[in-house]
Amino acid sequence: MQSHILSIILFTPLVGALLLLFVPKENKDAIRWIANIFALAGFLVSLPLVPWFWAQIQSPERFKFLEGATNNWIPSIGAGYVLGIDGISFLLIMLTTLLGWVSILSSWTAIENRVKEYYIWFLVLQTGMLGVFMSLDFFLFFVFWEAMLVPMYLLIGIWGGPNKLYAAIKFFLYTLFGSVLMLLGILFLYFHHHTVTGIYTFSIPELYKTAPQIPFHYAVWLFLAFFLGFAIKVPMFPFHTWLPDAHVEAPTAGSVILAGVLLKMGTYGFVRFSLPFFPQVLTSSETFLSVTVRGWMIGLSIVAIIYGALVSLMQKDMKKLVAYSSVSHLGFCTLGIFVLTPLGLSGSVLQQVNHGISTGALFLIVGILYERRHTREISEYGGISNVMPVYATITMIMFLSSMGLPLLNGFVGEFTILQGTFMANWRWAAWAAPGVILAAAYLLWLYQRVFFGTVTNPKNEKLHDLTPREVLTFAPLIIMAFWIGLYPKPFFQILDQPVNQIMADYNAAQGNAVNAAVQPEILPAVAAPVAVAANDTKGKK
Amino acid sequence: MFFLEHIWLIPLLPAFGAAMMFFFGRKLQKSAVSAVCVGVVVLAFLWACGAVWEYTEWAAAHDHQPYQQVIYTWLGSDTGHLAYSTQGGSPAEFKADVGFLLDPLSSIWLLFVTGVGMLIHIYSIGYMGHEGGYYRFFGYLNLFMFSMLTLVLGNNYALMFVGWEGVGLCSYLLIGFYFHRKSASDAANKAFIVNRIGDAGFLLGMFTIAWYFGSFRFTEVTEMARSGHFAMGDPIITAATLLLFVGACGKSAQLPLYVWLPDAMEGPTPVSALIHAATMVTAGVYMVARSNALFVLAPTSMKTVAIVGVLTAVFAASIGLVQNDIKRVLAYSTVSQLGYMFLALGVGAFSAGVFHVFTHAFFKALLFLGAGSVIHALSGEQDLRNMGGLAQKIPTTFGTMLAATLAIAGIPPLAGFFSKDEILWKSWVANPILWAIGFATALMTAFYMFRLVYLTFWSPSRVDHEVEHHIHESPTSMTMPLVVLAFFSITAGFLGVPRSLGGSNRFEAFLAPVFAREATVAGAERGTPTPAKEEKTEPTEYVLMLLSVGAAIAGWGMAGRAYRQAGKGYTEPIAAAAPPIYDVLLNKYYVDEAYDYAFTGRRKLGGVRLGTMGLGEASTWFDVNIIDGTVNGAGWITRLTGTLSKWWDTWIIDGLLVNGPALLARVMSYPTRLLQWGLVQWYALVMVAGLVGFVFYYTYR
Repeated sequence: MQSHILSIILFTPLVGALLLLFVPKENKDAIRWIANIFALAGFLVSLPLVPWFWAQIQSPERFKFLEGATNNWIPSIGAGYVLGIDGISFLLIMLTTLLGWVSILSSWTAIENRVKEYYIWFLVLQTGMLGVFMSLDFFLFFVFWEAMLVPMYLLIGIWGGPNKLYAAIKFFLYTLFGSVLMLLGILFLYFHHHTVTGIYTFSIPELYKTAPQIPFHYAVWLFLAFFLGFAIKVPMFPFHTWLPDAHVEAPTAGSVILAGVLLKMGTYGFVRFSLPFFPQVLTSSETFLSVTVRGWMIGLSIVAIIYGALVSLMQKDMKKLVAYSSVSHLGFCTLGIFVLTPLGLSGSVLQQVNHGISTGALFLIVGILYERRHTREISEYGGISNVMPVYATITMIMFLSSMGLPLLNGFVGEFTILQGTFMANWRWAAWAAPGVILAAAYLLWLYQRVFFGTVTNPKNEKLHDLTPREVLTFAPLIIMAFWIGLYPKPFFQILDQPVNQIMADYNAAQGNAVNAAVQPEILPAVAAPVAVAANDTKGKK
Repeated sequence: MFFLEHIWLIPLLPAFGAAMMFFFGRKLQKSAVSAVCVGVVVLAFLWACGAVWEYTEWAAAHDHQPYQQVIYTWLGSDTGHLAYSTQGGSPAEFKADVGFLLDPLSSIWLLFVTGVGMLIHIYSIGYMGHEGGYYRFFGYLNLFMFSMLTLVLGNNYALMFVGWEGVGLCSYLLIGFYFHRKSASDAANKAFIVNRIGDAGFLLGMFTIAWYFGSFRFTEVTEMARSGHFAMGDPIITAATLLLFVGACGKSAQLPLYVWLPDAMEGPTPVSALIHAATMVTAGVYMVARSNALFVLAPTSMKTVAIVGVLTAVFAASIGLVQNDIKRVLAYSTVSQLGYMFLALGVGAFSAGVFHVFTHAFFKALLFLGAGSVIHALSGEQDLRNMGGLAQKIPTTFGTMLAATLAIAGIPPLAGFFSKDEILWKSWVANPILWAIGFATALMTAFYMFRLVYLTFWSPSRVDHEVEHHIHESPTSMTMPLVVLAFFSITAGFLGVPRSLGGSNRFEAFLAPVFAREATVAGAERGTPTPAKEEKTEPTEYVLMLLSVGAAIAGWGMAGRAYRQAGKGYTEPIAAAAPPIYDVLLNKYYVDEAYDYAFTGRRKLGGVRLGTMGLGEASTWFDVNIIDGTVNGAGWITRLTGTLSKWWDTWIIDGLLVNGPALLARVMSYPTRLLQWGLVQWYALVMVAGLVGFVFYYTYR
């Protein structure tokens, strides 16, 4: 069972999709029940992974629950069906199975036309996303990466809002553009591996060994190819404009998955591929327009944090506001990645999970009002606390989680990222810090306009509060938000090994050069005494 | 040691109350709500008393060490893997505990927070009795107690920050309690966001400390700071302390971040008393006092604290002189008194600052609760212009408020006299200019407080007849806390009677393990007296003491002259003497307006929106037109290229190059084609014609 757990998790949703093919499309309730059962089953089968993974966090293997073997799928080209996870992918897989279930549950009344296709595509999407996080073979990875694009395209294009075709095509072409460049990068790595070792393979652990030796002037182009693929997915400034359109037009559950999981593929790609493959690029002191590659990454992240928040502040459409807040939050995630400190990296992965929980919940929240009133214009609302008190309370909790209030999840991630950033360079942290203030500004202002005051719009007077099913969709997210906020230690422990592995590879590949590069540059100050003082205190304990 | 070992229960008790309200509050009777929420706070207070009692015994046996208890590791993996290197290059682990620290400093806060908190909870039973959302109010109040106690008891900066943001949240929720009113929700947002600005400073300060010292724990940071390894004026410590002070300015409403506090009066009055007067706003003072070992190493920061403090004190007091809303007067008074506290910290008189926090908690809470009682009696009237002559009608409220006024004005031997006088004396020692400004503030304080008392209680009644019939003294649940607080406002000062008046300053002695060393360091740095020299300058101290008592009495006298006979439509003496100054003061120096133009962007400056919203609008324009414009432009160019290609393909490639030759061939072949159009008769005709032709040719050649 343990040896096939990943395949079981991976294909449970797909089995559900196949089963749905045989259900007559008129029988909507049966379709809904089957889809929900399989979505819940997909979550439940992933639960045993938690204790099993926990038992293995100390084991030295980089990837656990390995399944399949290198080149076993299409031996002639060196493609294999290889699955395996580390702490980073483990957390993202758990997030995916949870959000998959939550978003399918949330669609029960929201989707009324072409119900059968909707659930089939949703379940296919679920398998695609899980595959991306599990694959240890680039060929397999790319298959899942692209396979996931089509269902999402259809979800936006068929079940979306008035401008759905524009949004769907924009989403599809933009991300496809990035993936094609990434494919070229993958092929380069593949052939380079052959040149060095004489073996054709797409195996990611094998490519880890050869890629860092690619000379800088090639590697920088490869980095750029992968960067575009991932930066569009994240999305990083200035590749973000597909996101608001896609979010505004997508159905609620599509937005939840889009923000909660799909965006994480970009950041996951940075952590899984860009960092281990191209240490030579990120630590190089070569500059472009007098900024290093790492400097560019950090600069774009900080711009995303501030800019995303500023644009978010001025939105008139709730969903667009949340979409731009995602740009800001993901800026924190990429910042944490590229500062290249263990703290930043741990915080970043944790924040990816947090963002999935909080922003996923925010889209559910917007979806609830949209389902009742069919508008997302902020000015249409006001005084909703009076008619929907339970909803208002849950919204407040999730807003607070999103703006990083301590004892809720968002704080832990942001705090760790900011401290990791500060350790690398205090100026970066100082630039990113206003993002925290602006987050409070745009969320509280939104809350005030929607929930406070008296009901001025007669259409809002009869709104009914959350149904038990709707409360159930929020419950797991709220529990997770408090868990991570109150006791994040297990999450940090799960991330210990992969993060240290990446950082150790980094330091090994770069030798001492990296130490010099990561060394903080700050105010001139006395250095030695602190070390002495620190040792003194340790001695006394 | 039972109470001390279970010290974690103190914050947890109100958290339990808040959780009960969250889940079941809606279904509970008001009496059940009061029982749970007030009950847990009373328990917390008793527990706190027990813990502090046990601590004093424990400390005597443990060389006055702080008592520390770590519950679990909150942030960090606790495996040693999540490491970083400090600025000096030594390894450190990223780690923050959920752990509690009890020392004399936190003991004082613990006692007055739970004590005053308990009284205000009891008061709220009566005050909020007729309001909707009763359970919500008490739930928030309990949540506040939890946050404040976490702030006070946390053993490290990160956990302190939890309480710090937590009290900010509760403040937001309670200011916006009457969320139907736009002004209330506006004030709530303002409070939270302005506090967040300070919080960002706090965060960066905290990171600097972790980066420099490798720890968040107060004990470790203090130990290292005291180790003597750091030079006086160390730039990183200066930066860290200044950043922390930014946080303190936000939370404790100092210049330039004070603007949220006066607006916070939109909340229910018990909230103003508890959060915006007695406890939460002193968190900044607590944080600076807690970091005293760092601050004394940074003279620049100390000077900044003192200057910001004294300027805030005089600035806010001057606004308080002319405000007409009873709660606003008190709000500006709070800002001003907080300025005094920072002045004390800045001149190195830490225990004097804390002492003022302590006494201020009683008399300011009392003033607010008294104001609440007045408002309650007058059916919601808050405007001083519509009050007057209430002394006989609500005697308990009047008597207790008078005691608080005497205390805050600094009339001996009430509490405020001892604490304020010590601050003024210490600032004289540091710099007579600081004293002079502080002295002017004391005069203004006495004036605006007695102005409030005269206009409310002593002057002829200006109350509406409608309202006048309903005037009634508040119920016992409200007056009882007033009486208790009045008792402490009168007597609390005796804990800190200075040596010059024959006392032993027990308060300072109690705090000595926390402050004594740093106070000496701060004094030595300035080159001004250490306690030994203090004895010699006693004459000056007496003179100053007399002067400040004189100022208090002068302020009283001036207020009495101006307002004793204030009937309907009375004139303000300042308005009569200098109308422009009156306008500026009444409009609070137009700071809110200036901020709206420059920082928030809520007002346009000549058609141009500046500030954050201006930036937001510019960014949005940039996003829609430039970035998305580029993306759509790329799409448009692709489509244009497609159209052009199609045209090229249709007309040039296919039209000219492919079909062209074909057409040419067709045109060129036309004549030849004419010759062979497939009609057999025609061929026969041609053959015959040919034959005839040949025949003719050969015949006639």
